[in-house]
Amino acid sequence: MSAAGDALLPIADPEAAPFWEGARLGELRVPACPETGRLFFPPRVRSPFAPRRAPVWVAVSGRGSIWSFAVPHPPLLPPFDALAPYPVVVVTLAEDPRVRLVGNLVARPGGAINEVSAATLSIGAPVGVVFERVTDEIHLPRWRLCEEAGP
Amino acid sequence: MKDRAAIVGIGETPFARRLDASETQLALDAILAALDDAGVAPGEVDGLASYTLESTDEVEIAKNLGLGDVTFFSQVGFGGGAGPACVGQLALAIAAGQCRVGLAWRARKRGSGGRPWAGAQRPSVAAQWTRPFGLLRPVDEIALLARRYMHETGATREHLANVAIAVRGMANRNPRAMMHARPLSREEYLGARWISEPLCLFDNCLETDGALACVLVGAERARDARQQPVYVHAFAQGLPRQSHAMVNYWCDDPLAGPSWACAELLYRRSDFQPSDIRVAQLYDAFTPLVPLSLEGYRFCKRGEGAAFTEAGALERGGRLPINTSGGGLSEAYVHGFNLINEGVRQMRGSSTSQVEGAEACLVTGGEGVPTSALILRR
Repeated sequence: MSAAGDALLPIADPEAAPFWEGARLGELRVPACPETGRLFFPPRVRSPFAPRRAPVWVAVSGRGSIWSFAVPHPPLLPPFDALAPYPVVVVTLAEDPRVRLVGNLVARPGGAINEVSAATLSIGAPVGVVFERVTDEIHLPRWRLCEEAGP
Repeated sequence: MKDRAAIVGIGETPFARRLDASETQLALDAILAALDDAGVAPGEVDGLASYTLESTDEVEIAKNLGLGDVTFFSQVGFGGGAGPACVGQLALAIAAGQCRVGLAWRARKRGSGGRPWAGAQRPSVAAQWTRPFGLLRPVDEIALLARRYMHETGATREHLANVAIAVRGMANRNPRAMMHARPLSREEYLGARWISEPLCLFDNCLETDGALACVLVGAERARDARQQPVYVHAFAQGLPRQSHAMVNYWCDDPLAGPSWACAELLYRRSDFQPSDIRVAQLYDAFTPLVPLSLEGYRFCKRGEGAAFTEAGALERGGRLPINTSGGGLSEAYVHGFNLINEGVRQMRGSSTSQVEGAEACLVTGGEGVPTSALILRR
């Protein structure tokens, strides 16, 4: 990535480290309340449902559906300006529809984020997670359209 | 605090894509114009309020204007959510005796200066989960909410066009507006280039250099003011549960945004309810914020904001004319401060698109960020 692209990489804050540990293992993990079990996102130092306690981390299925999507056009920043237009999706997780992740779609693992045409997308379409190694530290979650929502 | 303080002066610079003066010079020009409008000497100012994003800070203002002892100063966060709160916090301070003459301002060179989203700064807590995926600009962030809103409510681009065209019509009547000489047709809207689908060029606010200011005093002094006083009737701020600024996808119900929490307190404090309000200045950095705000501030039910825009409802002579100077979409985008000054003109009776007989005007900050709102009255 270019200098601007590097600046757009996620920061593995201590409270987010388990997310990126999971990603390196090909596992989607999200924080949960240690008392109620409720999932939440993004990661925080404390559970919003039990603010004296740190979250616990839960591996989820990596299945979900498209909650919304946008298609940015230039002017953007490198490396995204060269890829535009590309869809950005919000995925709602199968385990809890209130937990949503922003991401990109790929047609195949390691594929470019502009390979899936926005014209083929609809809200509610089922997706599944794959991971793309960007650096040793950061493996980004990507989403592939799939046949059925699960589980 | 109801009606205990009043806006007695407003001022602003010209608005343009590029002005040569610095932000500090623009701030001082707008402030001095507002003080002159009020007939208040700079040395009388003892309360200051502006945005955390304001680069001309209190010390610069006080030194340049030769202010005496300033006893109240406050900055409000979250960009376009801050404007009404600057006025509201000054009104609270005046009502509580913490200052006697309050000054609010915003100066910005967003037209010729940089684009804030293009900075290579370390992402915030929320931005770590959006920028790596190419969600870079405010318009991209709002485009996601807009698509979801359209899906849930049946809203279409025609509804967003209703907003853009209504507000442009107001600008066409206002010689100060950047888009004064530029009518906007539905064909032009529907044929415009995409910025972030489903939002096109005309769903976005302008890029403006300019500054605005207003002056507040207590109700007693306001009775003798040079201008007809415009009272701060009600004020509220709203930062709802688990809300995020701009990327508000991580709360239970992202389409019931900060406006809802803000409206709850605002109307509880107000003698004017939505059915009593016949003119409004709704924060319009992007067209979808208008239907969301119409719902949040209870001019219609949840999901009916887009339908509310039909049949010219937001235009002159419509059910609820909005952004009567042209708003952020077509007059100037200075983080919504022009909506405040236009609210004052409506209550004075001096708008270029005056709504006759309106007793109160709602002025809102940005939907989608921790926000604020005012109800101004004659």
